[in-house]
Amino acid sequence: MKTRLRSVLTALVIASCCTVTAGVAAQAPTPPDSAALEATVRELASELRCPVCQGLSIQDSPSELAQSMRALIREQIMAGKTPEEVRAHFVAGYGEWVLLRPRARGFNLAVYILPVLALLAGAILIVVLARRWSARTGEATAGTSAPTDDPDLAAWDELVPRN
Amino acid sequence: MNWKRGAAGFAIALAVIALLAYGLTVNPRAIPSPLPGTAAPVFALPSMEAVDTVDLRALRGSVVVLNFWASWCVPCRVEHGDLVAAAEKFQSRGVQFLGLIYQDSPRNARAFLRELGETNYPSLLDQGTRTAISYGVTGVPETFVIDQDGTVVFKQNGPITVDQLAAVIEPLLAETPQERASAAHGAGGQ
Repeated sequence: MKTRLRSVLTALVIASCCTVTAGVAAQAPTPPDSAALEATVRELASELRCPVCQGLSIQDSPSELAQSMRALIREQIMAGKTPEEVRAHFVAGYGEWVLLRPRARGFNLAVYILPVLALLAGAILIVVLARRWSARTGEATAGTSAPTDDPDLAAWDELVPRN
Repeated sequence: MNWKRGAAGFAIALAVIALLAYGLTVNPRAIPSPLPGTAAPVFALPSMEAVDTVDLRALRGSVVVLNFWASWCVPCRVEHGDLVAAAEKFQSRGVQFLGLIYQDSPRNARAFLRELGETNYPSLLDQGTRTAISYGVTGVPETFVIDQDGTVVFKQNGPITVDQLAAVIEPLLAETPQERASAAHGAGGQ
């Protein structure tokens, strides 16, 4: 009976805690929102190239222009624009140059396709060369050692093909 | 068999070298502007004296010369005289010159004008560099020419001269749009 009462009390306490937390969260929706906003701004800023730097995103650049650009991204997201619209705004002024991840079309495709092609070509080269080398080693062994008279090794001779 | 393989290897090497050679011909610092030929981004900005606001939309129908500048910018000193001279020459013919102050304080900008001579056109304050970003400005000076229809027809990075401006503005002023079209057609046919 006593333990039951205690568990009921515990449940009540937990429930009230949850309600209070929920109430606080409902009263101040800004903290989680602003975290999401900052994450969106960071993500967008790291996709855009800083025009006054060498190979830096505006997220990574401390330059004044990059700061203004980050502020502009935040402002536009807060005004309800989608990340795609914000990106389009920057592309309208600076061209596709501003995108650190080029759109996969036209000549840009080379960036996406060539590394895969090079990797494939390398893999094929390794396979072909490895086969050729092993075949050559086989030949060499075949040349130097004649089939054995040893009855214990006769079975091995049958199993391993010699070219 | 062997010469075929050699030819294939040579072709692949040549393709790779061609790609890399193309990369060498491209200037990594040059940012090609997509603006010429597109509608000029609109803005409404206060003038440095904060007496009035200039709205680009209200200037539809006249040629607009937009010059981004800053007091800390050395090439801006070089082009200052040319801009003032060009404005004197063309403002009477309905061309609106506008300065846009880029990442600078009004105080320094005023000191710059006191030192090098006042302009006969307003300079606007670009709060938060918003307008410069929408024009894809990467440094100063940069100059844009906008035609009567609100289309960017010209962009220059670096100091500009009276002659360069005249070469862009004169054709825009000389003719009505219809005449300009027929003139372009005639020039194309010759």
